[in-house]
Amino acid sequence: MCCTDMALAYVEAHASWSAANTKPSLERDYTAFMMRGPDGSTRAAFAVEGIRCASCMNAIERGLADLPGVAAARLNFSDRRLAVTWRPEAEPDVAAVLSALDALGFRAQLFDPGRHSDAETAETKRLITALAVAGFASMNVMLLAISVWAGNVSDMTSENRDLFHWIQAVIALPAAAYAGRPFYEGAFRGLRAGRVTMDFPITLGVVLTLVMSVVESLSGATHAYFDGAVMLLFFLLIGRVLEQSMRRRTRMLAENLAALRSEGATVVDADGALRDVPASELVPGARILVRPGERIPADGVVERGMSDLDHSLVTGETAAVSVSGGDSVFAGALNGNGALTVRVTAAAGASLLDEVETLMRRALEARSRALVLADRATRLYVPLVHAAAALTLAGWLAAGAGWHTALLSAVAVLIVTCPCALGLAIPAVQVVSAGALFREGVLLNDGTALERFAEIDTIVFDKTGTLTLPEPSLTHGDRDETGALSVAARLALSSRHPMAAALAKAADGAEPFPDAQEAAGLGVRAIVEAVELRLGSARFCGAEAEAAAALADNPDASVICFRAGDAPPIVFPVHQALRPQAAEVVGALLSSDRRVLILSGDRASAVEAVAAHLGVTEWEAGLTPREKIARIESLQRAGRRVLMVGDGLNDAPALAAAHASLSPVTAAHVSQAAADALFLGRSLTPVLAVLDAGTRARRLMLQNLWFSAAYNLLAVPLAAAGCLTPLIAALAMSGSSVIVTLNALRARASSAGVRPAPVAITGRPASPPAIPLLQGHP
Amino acid sequence: MNVLLLVIPLALALGTLGLFAFLWALRSGQYDDIEGAEYRVLHDD
Repeated sequence: MCCTDMALAYVEAHASWSAANTKPSLERDYTAFMMRGPDGSTRAAFAVEGIRCASCMNAIERGLADLPGVAAARLNFSDRRLAVTWRPEAEPDVAAVLSALDALGFRAQLFDPGRHSDAETAETKRLITALAVAGFASMNVMLLAISVWAGNVSDMTSENRDLFHWIQAVIALPAAAYAGRPFYEGAFRGLRAGRVTMDFPITLGVVLTLVMSVVESLSGATHAYFDGAVMLLFFLLIGRVLEQSMRRRTRMLAENLAALRSEGATVVDADGALRDVPASELVPGARILVRPGERIPADGVVERGMSDLDHSLVTGETAAVSVSGGDSVFAGALNGNGALTVRVTAAAGASLLDEVETLMRRALEARSRALVLADRATRLYVPLVHAAAALTLAGWLAAGAGWHTALLSAVAVLIVTCPCALGLAIPAVQVVSAGALFREGVLLNDGTALERFAEIDTIVFDKTGTLTLPEPSLTHGDRDETGALSVAARLALSSRHPMAAALAKAADGAEPFPDAQEAAGLGVRAIVEAVELRLGSARFCGAEAEAAAALADNPDASVICFRAGDAPPIVFPVHQALRPQAAEVVGALLSSDRRVLILSGDRASAVEAVAAHLGVTEWEAGLTPREKIARIESLQRAGRRVLMVGDGLNDAPALAAAHASLSPVTAAHVSQAAADALFLGRSLTPVLAVLDAGTRARRLMLQNLWFSAAYNLLAVPLAAAGCLTPLIAALAMSGSSVIVTLNALRARASSAGVRPAPVAITGRPASPPAIPLLQGHP
Repeated sequence: MNVLLLVIPLALALGTLGLFAFLWALRSGQYDDIEGAEYRVLHDD
């Protein structure tokens, strides 16, 4: 790999008529992505796309093991990541790995060695270790505790009972000190911030149980509650581990998707050499090369080159914008057919991304202050339980009992009400619902979003990339009356312009013309049988009049023109087609008495066409991010609960401001971070799926909370009356936890298959007679 | 009574052994890819 070669590649990428535009495989420097092991070996992590089954795993690992210098290649099937290790003496050759994967049929992308996912993995390990310790302790303590219970009703001597109590103490005390740390720390953090979280009553319950048990064992009493304390920790830790692994899994997959959409940037050094770096490492003032078909990684000013930019992910505008030297460009825009050298501008508050991020941060702060179900339950629960314990103490003292009996009963109240079922009631439902949604192609970013989905009565859609598919397609489909389409499609194969990609899909496996050349900002041309074929802008094909006529007929389209020699030019209108089932989904939402709005940044004519097709009467076009957020806020002030569905950078603040939000997986990075959930695939039906899953999850959560309350209503009088034995405490705790967990599992059972009926759309005249979405449903 | 002094430590020792075996397996990364492990066992190489 030599610098002059790369400098040449850089020059070639800029040349107007150059094959480099269609062959983007330049030499690259990948050192920023490498990790050095202690023994001098090099490691790199890849996100791999297209792994479907176990044989893929085998094929990849065997295929890569033979590459020179590769010491090991191991694919993690759970999170779809590939780790490749090179031998210390070998020069790591990333390009060879990428091309080997490509030959096997997998697309891969280098991973920016992440920081926070390491912390997440460490936290998961810590929780699992705590769970293992609590599990070990509770099993062994229970073994001894049951012996004592059996001995108490038969012929156990008091010496033996004391010995068994002390052995339990020796196991339970260190185990609880270690396994309970996540709760103690949480309670302490909460208290320091002036809040009482659910961790506080847990900590109080565990500590008091242990202290009381030690005191009772000292006085040789018949009952000790060591088993209750460790069992409580064991059950609660199960909830925590489930919650953590759900969050980690979603995070991992979201990171994979981000890496596959190439969050990297190509930096041009002063000598013209090219270097690949993660986008997060770009500094203001750096010069970057953006090849045709790539996304612009950072805001900047064009230094060299000219091209068309597709801003649909940034502003929602579907018409391409031409840029040349001196123009500003925004991160997220898709580069058309010319290479651009961009100087990254300082991240001063002027850039679009900064404005979006400021708006988004404010909106997210407001949302994090909102109370979720779990918080409200804690607020009710903590004072009630502590008041019950205090009343018990006062009651026994007033009845003339001694301090010992009174304290024992008060502590028994705290033990039996320890929020075992309550601690599982909500996380268990969240985990099961998230798993069910995951199978339907929805990744949940935030577990508390489920209950917010349940309250939605207004749905706001963005148009570009959300109601429509993110990639353009031919307006009139594959109809080929003149035979021009197949020729134009073959020519389009040589172009990297996003609009040409729509045309290229009609090529049906034909080979590209061998000597086709692409001109930056204009189009592609090829000479076939002495006839010059041109495909590109109206100007390039001399088809201005025809293009204007086609645009008048198809207000939501853009055009791509084709001309063969001197024959009259042919205009292909290209537009972003609606997602499959968009009309059915919008119809179902409207007929379930929800309000549906379209807020778009695109031009009015394009939005009007889509709104008319879907039967949506409330729409607005040409909105800035600030205006979108203002519309959402005014809706929410009027008492509406808004679900925002959007993908663009301009939607990110609105996504954060809305009561709940949803993004397609093709969304801009910032929007993905702001959304509560991401959906995969082309269909819009996940919108119905999340609303439905939210309703069901909220119902199950409320059932669980009511069950926990009923359990406490039964258990508290028993404990206050002094009738609580360790056996009853153990049965009550484990029984209630098991019932709550089993109830939560119902979130999985009923969500399988077709979407159920809260959105039944019978009797709506505008909807087509056969709706595949609801077919087969009773 | 005497038999208890033998059997209880024995039971606890076995349990501890199991706990440490699990912690070792966790630390050596055997739970990192649970889905992949079920297929790897079928590869004959």
